Amino acid sequence: MSIGSTTPGAAAAGEQTREQVRPERATRRKKPLSEGKRQERRLGWLLCAPAAFVMVAVTAYPILYSFWLSLQRYDLKFPDEREFVWFENYVTVLGNGYWWSAFGVTMLITVVSVVIELVLGMGLALIMHRTLIGRGLVRTSALIPYGIVTVVAAFSWRYAWTPGTGYLANLVSPEGAPLTERASALAIIIGAEIWKTTPFMALLLMAGLALVPDDLLKAASMDGASAWQRFVRVMLPVMKPAILVALLFRTLDALRVFDNIYVLTAGANNTSSVSMIAYNNLIRGLNLGIGSTMSVLIFLTVAIIAFVFVKLFGTAAPGSDDGSKR
Amino acid sequence: MNAKLKWGLLDAIVVVFALVPVLWIVSLSFKTTATLTDGNFIPRDWTLENYRTIFQTDQFVRALVNSIGIALISTVIAVVLGTMAAYAISRLDFPGKSLLVGVSLLIAMFPQVSLVSPLFDIERQAGLFDTWPGLILPYITFALPLAIYTLSAFFKQIPWDLEKAAKMDGATQAEAFRKVIAPLAAPGVFTTAILVFIFCWNDFLFAISLTSTEQSRTVPVALSFFTGASQFEDPTGAISAAAVVITIPIILFVLFFQKRIVAGLTSGAVKG
Repeated sequence: MSIGSTTPGAAAAGEQTREQVRPERATRRKKPLSEGKRQERRLGWLLCAPAAFVMVAVTAYPILYSFWLSLQRYDLKFPDEREFVWFENYVTVLGNGYWWSAFGVTMLITVVSVVIELVLGMGLALIMHRTLIGRGLVRTSALIPYGIVTVVAAFSWRYAWTPGTGYLANLVSPEGAPLTERASALAIIIGAEIWKTTPFMALLLMAGLALVPDDLLKAASMDGASAWQRFVRVMLPVMKPAILVALLFRTLDALRVFDNIYVLTAGANNTSSVSMIAYNNLIRGLNLGIGSTMSVLIFLTVAIIAFVFVKLFGTAAPGSDDGSKR
Repeated sequence: MNAKLKWGLLDAIVVVFALVPVLWIVSLSFKTTATLTDGNFIPRDWTLENYRTIFQTDQFVRALVNSIGIALISTVIAVVLGTMAAYAISRLDFPGKSLLVGVSLLIAMFPQVSLVSPLFDIERQAGLFDTWPGLILPYITFALPLAIYTLSAFFKQIPWDLEKAAKMDGATQAEAFRKVIAPLAAPGVFTTAILVFIFCWNDFLFAISLTSTEQSRTVPVALSFFTGASQFEDPTGAISAAAVVITIPIILFVLFFQKRIVAGLTSGAVKG
C-alpha cells in the first residue's frame, strides 16, 4: 500500500498502481498528479462516460426540449397553427379545474398510500427479519407483489371489484359498483398501490433493521424496557436513515402513479392523476404544447418535493458500508 | 412453542396477503366462459381454452416476443454500462465521481411522465417511434441508476486484495481477473440483471406512449388493448391468461433467487 501513489509511472506500472491506490481519504492529498493517478482518472472517466452519456442524453435534453415545447401552441391535429405563445399554456393548465383535481388526487394517493405502507412495511420488515419459522417462505411471498407486473395486478384488482365477476365486489358491496364511484374507486386504487409496493418499503426498512445491534436490544430489555419502548427508543433511532430513504423513494414513486389508474378506472369520475391527464393530453389529444406544459409542471413538483425532503432531513445515508448483511 | 405459533400466524397473514390477488387472476384464467362471471374464487369448470386462444392470436404472441426481446436487450446493455461505471465508482478515484452518483440518484427519482411528451416528439422525428430501440433507450436510462447502485454496493464487498495475491502467485492480470475477480463479481452482476429485467418487464407508461402497433407493443400494453378493440367476445379470460403468462418469469425469479433479490434490493437502494 505504501508504494502505491508514488510509483513512478511507466505505462506498465500504471496498471498496478490502480489496484493499490484504494480511494481512501488519506491518499487524496493535493500534489502534482503522478502518471498512475492520471491514468486512474482517465480510466474512471472512460468507464463512466457511456452510462453518464446515456442518462443525460435521455433525460436532460428531453426535459429542456419539453420546456421549449411548453412555450408553444402545438397541437398535432392542427400542425399549421403552431406558434410561440410564451407562458399561455401554463395559464391554461393552471387555470383548469381538471389539472387541480388530478393534482389533488395524486397528492391524496401519495400521502395516504405512503403512510399506510410505512406502517405495514415496518410490520412486514419485522416479520421478515425476526420470524422464527418459514423465513424463506415469507420473503419469497413478499417479493411477488414487488416483482409482478403492475398492470397484471391492476387487472386482478379490477376483476375482483367488478360486480358479479369478482369475489371482493360480491363480498363487500353486492349492490353497488365500487369502481364507478369516486371515493370507492380512489380507495381501490390506493389499495392496489399499497399491495404492490409495501414489500419494497419493507425491504428497505429491513436493511435498516439489520443495522440495529442485537446487544443493544438485549441491554435495553435487561434494563426493563418493554417491547414497544425497545422499538421506539432503540430501533427507530438507528433505523432513521433507512426510514427516510424509504419514504423519499416511495413518495417520489407514488407521485408517478399511472398504471393502476389506467387499468382500474381509466381516470373516469375524476380519478385521474397528473401522469394520467398528461398522458391523455399527449397521446389521446395529441396536444404536445399542453402535454409538455404538464410534464414540466410535474417535473417541478417532484423537484420541489425532493428538495424539501433533502433539506428537512439532510442527505440521509446510512453509515454502514455493508448494508446487505442479514 | 407459543412464540412459534404467533410467528406462524403472522407468516400466514403475509403469505395470504401477497398471494391472493395472484391466485385470483390464475383462477380467472382457467374459468370457462360460462363460469367466468360467477364470482367464485375457485373455478368450478376448469379449461385451458383461454391459453389456447391467446397463443393463437398474433396480437399476443408478437407482444410476448417484443417484451422478451426488448427487456433482454435493455438488461444486457444496462448491466454492461452499469458494471463499468460501478467498477469505476467503487474502485477508482477520479473527480466527478460524486456528481455521477448524484445524477443517477436524481434520475432514479425522475418523474417518467415528464419524459413522455418530449420523447414522443423526438422519437417521431428521429424515426424511433414504435420501434424496439425507441423503448430500449428510456429503459436503459432508468435502469442504469438501479444497476449502478446495486453493483457498486456489491463491488465494495469484493476482497480485491485477492487479485493482488493471485498475481503474486504468478497469475497474469487476465488470469487473476478471470479466475478470481469474475467469479466473485458474477453473483452481484447476475442479481442486478434480474432487478433490471423486472423493471423493464414491468414498464407500462413508456410502452403505451411510445408504441402504436404490434411491431413493438409489449405485453402489458397489449393486455390493455384486449379490452377495447378485441376479437374475443369477452376479453376477461384472455386477459387473465396473458397476465398469468407474463407473471411466470417473475414467479420463477422469486422462487429461485429470493435471497439474491433481497440482498440486491437492500444493499443497493439503501446507499442513499
